[in-house]
Amino acid sequence: MTTNANLQQTPEQTTTAADRARGDTPKAADTRTPLIEMQAVDKHFGNVVALSNISLKVYAGEVMCLLGDNGAGKSTLIKTLSGVHAPTHGELLLEGNPANFTSPGQALDAGIATVFQDLAMIPLMSITRNFFMGREPTKGFGPFKYVDWEFADRVAREEMAKIGIDVRDPSQPVGTLSGGERQCVAIARAVYFGAKVLILDEPTSALGVKQASKVLRYIAQARNRGLGVIFITHNVHHAYPIGDAFTLLKRGTSLGSWRKEDITREEVLNMMAGGEEMASLDAELAEFQRTDSASVA
Amino acid sequence: MTDHTISAVPAADDERLRRVHPLKAALKRPEFGAIAGTILVFAFFSVAASGTGMFSLAGILNFLEVSAQLGILAIAASLLMIGGEFDLSLGSMIGFAGILIAIPAVQYGWPLWLAITFAFACAVLIGWINGYLVMRTGLPSFIVTLGFLFILRGLAIGLTRLTTGRTQVSGLQEIADHDWLAPFFSGEVFTGLFSWMAAQGWIATNFAGNPSVTGVPVSIVWWIVLAAAATWLLLYTRFGNWIFACGGDVNAARNVGVPVMKVKILLFIFTAVAATIFACLQVMDTGSADTTRGLLKELEAIIAVVIGGALLTGGYGSAVGAVFGALIFGTVQMGIFYTGVNTDWFKVFLGAMLLIAVLFNNYVRKKALEAK
Ligand SMILES: Nc1ncnc2c1ncn2[C@@H]1O[C@H](COP(=O)(O)OP(=O)(O)OP(=O)(O)O)[C@@H](O)[C@H]1O
Ligand SMILES: [Mg+2]
Repeated sequence: MTTNANLQQTPEQTTTAADRARGDTPKAADTRTPLIEMQAVDKHFGNVVALSNISLKVYAGEVMCLLGDNGAGKSTLIKTLSGVHAPTHGELLLEGNPANFTSPGQALDAGIATVFQDLAMIPLMSITRNFFMGREPTKGFGPFKYVDWEFADRVAREEMAKIGIDVRDPSQPVGTLSGGERQCVAIARAVYFGAKVLILDEPTSALGVKQASKVLRYIAQARNRGLGVIFITHNVHHAYPIGDAFTLLKRGTSLGSWRKEDITREEVLNMMAGGEEMASLDAELAEFQRTDSASVA
Repeated sequence: MTDHTISAVPAADDERLRRVHPLKAALKRPEFGAIAGTILVFAFFSVAASGTGMFSLAGILNFLEVSAQLGILAIAASLLMIGGEFDLSLGSMIGFAGILIAIPAVQYGWPLWLAITFAFACAVLIGWINGYLVMRTGLPSFIVTLGFLFILRGLAIGLTRLTTGRTQVSGLQEIADHDWLAPFFSGEVFTGLFSWMAAQGWIATNFAGNPSVTGVPVSIVWWIVLAAAATWLLLYTRFGNWIFACGGDVNAARNVGVPVMKVKILLFIFTAVAATIFACLQVMDTGSADTTRGLLKELEAIIAVVIGGALLTGGYGSAVGAVFGALIFGTVQMGIFYTGVNTDWFKVFLGAMLLIAVLFNNYVRKKALEAK
């Protein structure tokens, strides 16, 4: 790790990114209570250790970017936050209070909305029914309570328009949408229902340039409204401009947290790519080029 | 929004939308196949069974009653199937529920209303066990309820023989006569209306001047009420949305906060309760309970639901579809009887219907998932 960070180190810099890690910089000196906090969380699936000893703090009005390779445990981490998995060991705190969610519904009730990597959409159900799934707006009283689908249709259409998708027909089954449109439904839904914490697991992976920038703007808006945002992405151009803090996961453990002022874009890029691999890739590509020109000659 | 390139254009003005012909829109409804099938079946029998009295008032009520009894089961089975599960113990539950009414009432002298309430309470418990086991173990409901198919049938036979020494309990007619709850499951409604219509000369009367058809069997009322309630539930309530969500993708549903366990358990309970309603109707009608009652009803209900356009994989279908599925079933069954064709052929027809319905539904679902 230290070597990765060192790759980009200029002679003037005396500390490495690793030295500044864990986000415990005095600047952010935290008298503030984190909006959401993980304390030494482990998650095991049978004998698979998916997360081990993860501690993480996300503050209100900040964006925390979760970085790491495929299979590093990012999705598992956010699923423990959103109530899908109960942690095997360790504690979750919401605004300083223990939050032991036993179902995603409870996390949602507490104001934590998530865009899952698999989107949690039902292909055969309409956009509106998916949008409000689990949180349908109702009218009337007692046994005559019914879902206000008219209102739901309107909201779904409006929220989708805001994100840059012009819905043809809110009763269209989600299965008939394009991949990016489907992702936008999931994002619009989370933004609409997320009251305190917004968690986005690779929300921009299938998005066009326009929609991706909309999503980033959304994240910025959510932050400005005082929400805490956890944002997972493999794209440094999405992560760096928006992130206030960065946490790197590798093989289920945390390699550290950095505040934005303590880390450069290049360091983030290196962390995401794994500096060594990038360096050796460069060398390999150079090698190909050399052999190519040799064979031409 | 500052972005003027994006605006919420009403769907109808969207250049990417073609106007959908109303008939084509109807084709996308899950129940379309069943309604079309019903029209076909009616057309066929109005020719094939013309002059047989099938479409006289008595005849109509006759096949409606057969359809209604199956329909009550099919409506519950359709909700469960849309929710992504089966209940193969449905038929055994009918036999068992009948016994649960008859033994306390006849052997132990309980008032009938208490015996009926007891049977419903047991049904709730059995439905709960079915649902809980399916959700807890993660086993397919096919296996769990197959187990209960045998357990409940065995219990019905075992308990009846143990307490009465036989496999049939009769003598409920007299007990039912003075019970306040019994009329909900026996006899006919609108008898006043029918006498009045007879007096007006609008419907046939017998030699004594009484209407030859005295009223609408109560099972038909149950059928209609349950169909309306189930349709309302599916289309206009939160719970209905949850049923579709659970059947479509259980994980996705759970992840967005749908109480999956509660939904599925309630659906299993409703199925067991529907079986008990059926059992009550049958017990009151015949005045007896028999351990073999309800044999194969689980499969008949599934056939009606599938003909009604539900997907076996869950997440798609309608209660209205199940109503028409049951209507086709009942009409064909009685129609074959009226036309005088050997009833042996009914099963051939039934199997063929099932295959055609499944093929048709597959086609419709593909269409539904095509860009509109
Ligand atoms: N339910 C489960 N049972 C067993 N192992 C699991 C389960 N969920 C996740 N894992 C394992 O935990 C590890 C982390 O998975 P996770 O989905 O969190 O990775 P990720 O960082 O989100 O990767 P990606 O960038 O590809 O989305 C993987 O090795 C995975 O196989
Ligand atoms: Mg992931």
